[in-house]
Amino acid sequence: MAKPFLQIKNLAVDFATRRGVVHAVDDININLNKGEVIAIVGESGSGKSVTAYSILNLLGNNGKIAKGSITFDGMNLENPSASLLKDIRGREIAMIFQNPMSTLNPIRKVGDQLSDMLRQHAQATNQTAPRKVIELLHKVEIQDTRRVTNAYPFELSGGMCQRVMIALALACNSRLLIADEPTTGLDVTTQKSIMDLIMGLVKHRNLAVILITHDLGMAYQYCDKFVVMEKGQVVEACDDHSLFTSPQHSYTKKLLAATPGISSKVEHLTPTVPVELSKPAVEIEKKELLKVEGLVKTYILKSQGGFKSQGNTFNAVDGVNFTIYQGECVGLVGESGCGKSTTSRLIARLEQPSEGRILFLGEDIGQVSDRDFIRSPRRKDIQMVFQDPTGSLNPRHSAFQLISEPILRLQKDFNKANLKDQVYQLAEKVGLPLELIYRLPHQLSGGQKARVGIARAIALNPKLLILDEPTSALDVSVQAIVLQLLEHLRREHNLSYLFVSHDLNVVRMLSQRILVMQSGKIVESGETAEVMSKPKHLFTKTLLAAIPQLAS
Amino acid sequence: MLAVPSLIGVIVVAFVLTRSLPGDPAVYFAGITADEESIAQIREQLGLDKSIFHQFIVYCKNLTQGNLGVSLNTGQSVASELSARFPASLELTLTGLALALMAAIPLGILAAVNPNTWIDHLCRIFVTAGASTPIFFSGLLLVFVFYYLLGWAPSPIGRLDFFYLSPPKVTGFYTIDAMINGDFETAAAAAKQLILPAITLAIFALAPIARMTRSAMLTAMGSEYVKAATANGIDRRKIIFVYALRNAMLPLLTIMGLVFSYLLGANVLVEKVFSWPGIGSFAVDALVASDFAAVQGFILVMAVMFVVLNLVIDILYTLVDPRVSIDG
Repeated sequence: MAKPFLQIKNLAVDFATRRGVVHAVDDININLNKGEVIAIVGESGSGKSVTAYSILNLLGNNGKIAKGSITFDGMNLENPSASLLKDIRGREIAMIFQNPMSTLNPIRKVGDQLSDMLRQHAQATNQTAPRKVIELLHKVEIQDTRRVTNAYPFELSGGMCQRVMIALALACNSRLLIADEPTTGLDVTTQKSIMDLIMGLVKHRNLAVILITHDLGMAYQYCDKFVVMEKGQVVEACDDHSLFTSPQHSYTKKLLAATPGISSKVEHLTPTVPVELSKPAVEIEKKELLKVEGLVKTYILKSQGGFKSQGNTFNAVDGVNFTIYQGECVGLVGESGCGKSTTSRLIARLEQPSEGRILFLGEDIGQVSDRDFIRSPRRKDIQMVFQDPTGSLNPRHSAFQLISEPILRLQKDFNKANLKDQVYQLAEKVGLPLELIYRLPHQLSGGQKARVGIARAIALNPKLLILDEPTSALDVSVQAIVLQLLEHLRREHNLSYLFVSHDLNVVRMLSQRILVMQSGKIVESGETAEVMSKPKHLFTKTLLAAIPQLAS
Repeated sequence: MLAVPSLIGVIVVAFVLTRSLPGDPAVYFAGITADEESIAQIREQLGLDKSIFHQFIVYCKNLTQGNLGVSLNTGQSVASELSARFPASLELTLTGLALALMAAIPLGILAAVNPNTWIDHLCRIFVTAGASTPIFFSGLLLVFVFYYLLGWAPSPIGRLDFFYLSPPKVTGFYTIDAMINGDFETAAAAAKQLILPAITLAIFALAPIARMTRSAMLTAMGSEYVKAATANGIDRRKIIFVYALRNAMLPLLTIMGLVFSYLLGANVLVEKVFSWPGIGSFAVDALVASDFAAVQGFILVMAVMFVVLNLVIDILYTLVDPRVSIDG
C-alpha cells in the first residue's frame, strides 16, 4: 500500500514549563489521504490542538517534538529546516483557527492581509494582487468584495472573518487544511455554511482536512475518519462511522452519551442515570409566574458622522410577549444579535425596557428603574446565571465569598452564625465539594465554576432563574452534568427557568416550551416537542436543519 | 475644546499657589539694605498691596491681551523671555525623546522577540539602570567622563560655544537654523553642545519606553493573529514589523505621551546642570526669587504643552487604530 498523504507516527510532544516537562501528547498515530476529512475529537486539554500545531511546527519556544515522525507527501516535518517551513506553511498546509475575529490582524485591512499572503508565496505581484484578492473572495462566496477588501476585521461578522481566513488558506492552493475548531462561537447557520464551503473544497480540489472539534455531531456529519483523544492520548481511532454505533472505549461512550442529540434526554447524558432524576417529572400546574407584554428595547445608533442628532434607532427587542408558569423551563433560542440576551437582561432588570410590561406574579416590575431594583423585594426572586463562568466570578473572591455575597447583600434576616452553614448547604446542593470552597475561581475547573455560579444564583431561593447560555463555555461531559444539576434543582424546588441558548439540542432537553427569536421578535413558540418535530416558521426550520446531528 | 476648562483651572491654581509660596518678592528686590519704607514702596509698585482677588483680576485682564507680565528677575516681559527660551527647551526635549525612541524601541523589540536570552537580560539591565539613576547624577557623570576625562564633548555651558554666533532665528532650533543658513560649522557646534544633555534625558526616558515596547511586543507576538500569520507562512520580518509592531504601537503611544511630559519636568534639572538657557532653568531662578509673573507664565506654557501633546497623541491614536473613532 502506498504511503498515506500525511502520516503521523508515534508522535510525542513535550513542553518545558517552570514546573518541569509536561508530556502534552504521547504516541499519536494518524494517517490521512487526499480528499479525506479526519476528525480529531476531544475535550479541552486532550492535546488535539497540540497534535495539529506540531504538524506546522507551531509549538512555540518551549514545545518540542520528543519522539515520532510526521511525513507529509514524502517530506519529514518533525524537525524541519527554516527553508522547508517557509515552503510548507501557508503554501502546502494551511490552517484556520477558532475565533476568526482575533486571528486576523485587527488593524490591517482584510484586502491587505490577503495580498500579504499572495505576495509572500509569489502568487501575485503588486499589480495583480488586487484582482487576485477579489478572485479569492469570490471563491469563498463573498459577493460584496469591494466592502470586504477595504474593511477591518472588526467591521465584519464572525462568519465573514472565517471566510476570509479560509480565503487566506486557499491563496496558494494548499493541499492540507487544518481546521482548529473553525466554527466554535459561530451561529449554527453560519457554522453550516462554513462547513459546506470547506466540504465543497474537499470535493472539488481533493483537499485533505484535519477537523479539530469537541462536537461529535460535527464530526459525524462531515468526517470520514475519526480519532478520539483524551489526556494526550488517542483512546480510539476509527476509519468509518462505526465509531458512533459501536464505540469501543469507555471515554468515547461517555462523550457520545453526553452529546445532546435529537432524541436524547437529560437523564441519559451520563452513563448512569442520576438518582435525583430517576423519578419521572411532575406535571406543571399552569400558575402564571412571569408575564411579558409588548416588551421593547430601543437603542440609539450613532450615525457614520459620529453625531447622534439623526436619531437612528434600533429595536433590539421589538414587541415580545410570553408567559412563564411556576416550575416551568422556557427555552429562548435564536442566533447572535437576535435580542435574546437583551430580553433576558430586561427581565433580570439589569436594563430598562423602553416599552411594555414585565408582570411578575401580577406586579409590574418594569415600573421600578433598573438602578432601584436592587432594593425591590423582588430582586431576590429573579436571579441570573451568566454565560462565562470565569468572567462572571470576581477572580479575587473565594468560592465561599462568591456564594455568600447575595446572602450578605439581599437577605434581610441573615444571621452571621448561620452563614457558614447556609453556604455549605448551597455548595452541597450544587455538588461543589466542600474542600474546594475556599479556592479562588482560577483554581477551579470550568464545571466547578459553573456550580459556583448556580449556587450563588439559588442562594436566596429565587422563583425565577435566568440562564444565559450557562453551558456554552463547557466541555460536553461537564455540560451534561451541569444540565442534570439544573434539571434536578428545578424539579426539587419548583424553580422556573428562562433558558437562553443558541443550541436547540440543549434547550430542547430542559424546556417544556420553546420561544424562537429572530431580529427582536418571537417568530415561533409552543410546546418543545411540537416545535422541534413540526416547525412552522421558516427560520425555525433553517435553525433545526443547520444543527449537526448524530445518527439516532 | 475640553482643554479650555482645564486651562482656566491651571491659571487659577498657578496663581493661588505662587501667592501662597513663602517669600516676599518686595523684600527680595528691595535688597538687604532696604528699610521698611522702600519695601512698602516696591510693594505698591508691584501691586502687591491690593487684595489677592484684585491682583487676580488684573492678571486675567492682562492675560487676555497676551500680556504675561514682567519678570522681576530680568526686567524683560515674561512673554518674550519664554518665547526666546522655549525653543531651546523644546529642541533639547525632542532630541532626547528621539534618541530614547531610537534606542528603546529596537531594544524592546529584540528583547520581546528573543525572550529570556542574553539580549533580554541586557535590556532588563539597561532599563533598571536607567530607571534608578537620578537625572542630575547621570548628567554630571556624562560631563565628568566625556568632557573632563576624555575631552570629547565641549564644555557644558549652554547652547553654543562663545566662538560662534547664534544663527538667525527661523525655528529657534540652533542646529536646524544654522543648517538653513548654510552654516554647517555652527550647526555641528550646536549639535555637539546638544548631545550630552540630550543623552542625559534619553537615559531617563529609555527605561519606560523599552519596558513598554517589550511587553506590548510580547503580547502582540503571543496573539492569535501572529500565530495565524506564522501558520500561513508570512515572513518573520513582516510579522514582527507589520503585524506585531503596529499593534504594539497603541500602548506605546500612550506611554510616549507620558514620557514626554516626564521629560518636560526632568528638563528643569538637566538645564541647570548644563547651563542650558531653556524655560526650565528660567523657572527655577524665578521660583527662588518669588518672581510670580515668570512662574505663572512657565506653568501656563507647560499646561498648553500638555494639552497640545494630548491632542497629538489622540490624533496619532486614531491614525494607527481604525477601531478608535474621533468621537471615541
